[in-house]
Amino acid sequence: MSPSYLSDYAPLLIHILAAMIVAGALLSLSVLVGYRRPSREKSEAYECGIHPTGDAREPFSVKFYLVAILFILFDVEAIFLYPWAYVFRDLNPGKSLAGFYEMLLYIVILLAGYIYLWRKGALDWNR
Amino acid sequence: MNGLFAQNAYLLISLLKVAVVVLVLLTGIAYLTWFERKVVAHMQSRWGPERVGPYGLMQPLADGVKFLFKEDPTPAGADRFVYFLAPFLSLSLALCTIALIPFGPGEISIFGRSTSLSIAEINISLLIVFAFTSLSVYGVALAGWASNSKYPLLGSLRSSAQMLSYELGLTMSVVGIVLLSGTFSLRTIVLAQQGTVLGVLPRWNVFSPIMPQVIGFLCFFIAALAETNRVPFDLPEAETELVAGFHTEYASFKFAMFFMAEYAAMVTVSAVASVLFFGGWLSPFPENPAFHFTYYLPAALAAVGGVLLIVNGLRYRSKVGRVVVPVLGLILLLLAATCALPGVNPVIQGPFWLLSKIFFFLFVYVWIRGTLPRFRYDQLMAFGWKVLLPVSLANVVVTSLLILLREKR
Repeated sequence: MSPSYLSDYAPLLIHILAAMIVAGALLSLSVLVGYRRPSREKSEAYECGIHPTGDAREPFSVKFYLVAILFILFDVEAIFLYPWAYVFRDLNPGKSLAGFYEMLLYIVILLAGYIYLWRKGALDWNR
Repeated sequence: MNGLFAQNAYLLISLLKVAVVVLVLLTGIAYLTWFERKVVAHMQSRWGPERVGPYGLMQPLADGVKFLFKEDPTPAGADRFVYFLAPFLSLSLALCTIALIPFGPGEISIFGRSTSLSIAEINISLLIVFAFTSLSVYGVALAGWASNSKYPLLGSLRSSAQMLSYELGLTMSVVGIVLLSGTFSLRTIVLAQQGTVLGVLPRWNVFSPIMPQVIGFLCFFIAALAETNRVPFDLPEAETELVAGFHTEYASFKFAMFFMAEYAAMVTVSAVASVLFFGGWLSPFPENPAFHFTYYLPAALAAVGGVLLIVNGLRYRSKVGRVVVPVLGLILLLLAATCALPGVNPVIQGPFWLLSKIFFFLFVYVWIRGTLPRFRYDQLMAFGWKVLLPVSLANVVVTSLLILLREKR
């Protein structure tokens, strides 16, 4: 890792710092100059104008977990596709189609899982 | 002092570029809200902002000041640290992506040192763009959780699930571009799109002779609409069901920060779409002397705009407007003159075309908002998983096959 390679990232770091400073400044400025007269009613959670009933942090639908799990599955697939796409021309030297068939096999295996999920109804939100 | 400058010139110039880009982006976001309100209003036969300044031009400033001075109650039982962290994360992440966009081909010289027209030149800039866009889900999820209120929690759950689902389509649709250009660097991706197809069309990735990435672009744009929570995918903010979604409990400038983050994300997504699919800074006209007159297009546009502003401004109904609007027109005329200078003219070509493309996409965003109704939640999830994902995957397979068939013979 040469120093010039690392110095490519220095401007990005400066930009991230600048963005954080802008966001932090706006956040603290509104806290500093904002009007403030707290009361018990004001700090209640909004529930269409009536007093909130029960705790907000209740159990919620398990489908959201399912979406998260499926996302991880298919996002890993996307992560594998990126380096493959990057070296695609080197994977198929001359007339060979080896790189293409390998990825096709991988996609077909994943597609089998995808069809299974579809048939099981994991992709239907209404079930 | 001189030695110190020489040693840190690289960092100082970067700092200068960062300052310029962040300031322009923030102003752009502010006026994007004005632009959206105006355009949607005219689509619905209304006038939109009219009262604050001529043509309502001071409206974004007035809104900003009002947001700053508003009371900001924190809901009882809220997780205070996370409650403050969420808008901070949203805005700072949304402002970051623009650092990786290349604005032009050449180099400009500042203080006698030449530097490229982008903040960070990184060989994996595409991956970093995706890293930033996928982190944006944290702002939404944390905001809903920290508020300790039912509507925000439901809104943020929906929103996170939606953003996760459409992120798949977003990442998959770009694999075709990586296949075509064989690189992760946004600058090289743009450079690979030079030339023409059939002598007329620019050789942008949407018109690529190997495999036109039209389907890839459509998938990308739809997923981008969902990622930025815009109509028709604005379910997290579905007023009729969830009050205001994940930011129901936010007031004052924290509320404004979520909006700024949304508009900043719109700008950067438009920039990424133009770079990946529409040739970034490249002009739509072929690169030959017959089309050299197009170099004066930015100057001509600015001049026409300036003259229009002066003519209309002198007849404006308020006294302030009769002064302010012609002055704005004069500034535009001055800008036109600067753009026509031989030293400046070639340098601004890249930024001009990239900004025009970004502006076009922003208009499409607003246009869609003025046209389409909102999706139902189950339709939204079904579309993401059952249409977008397989279609973008098929696009990858077909693109790779066509590359092999057309390049191996």
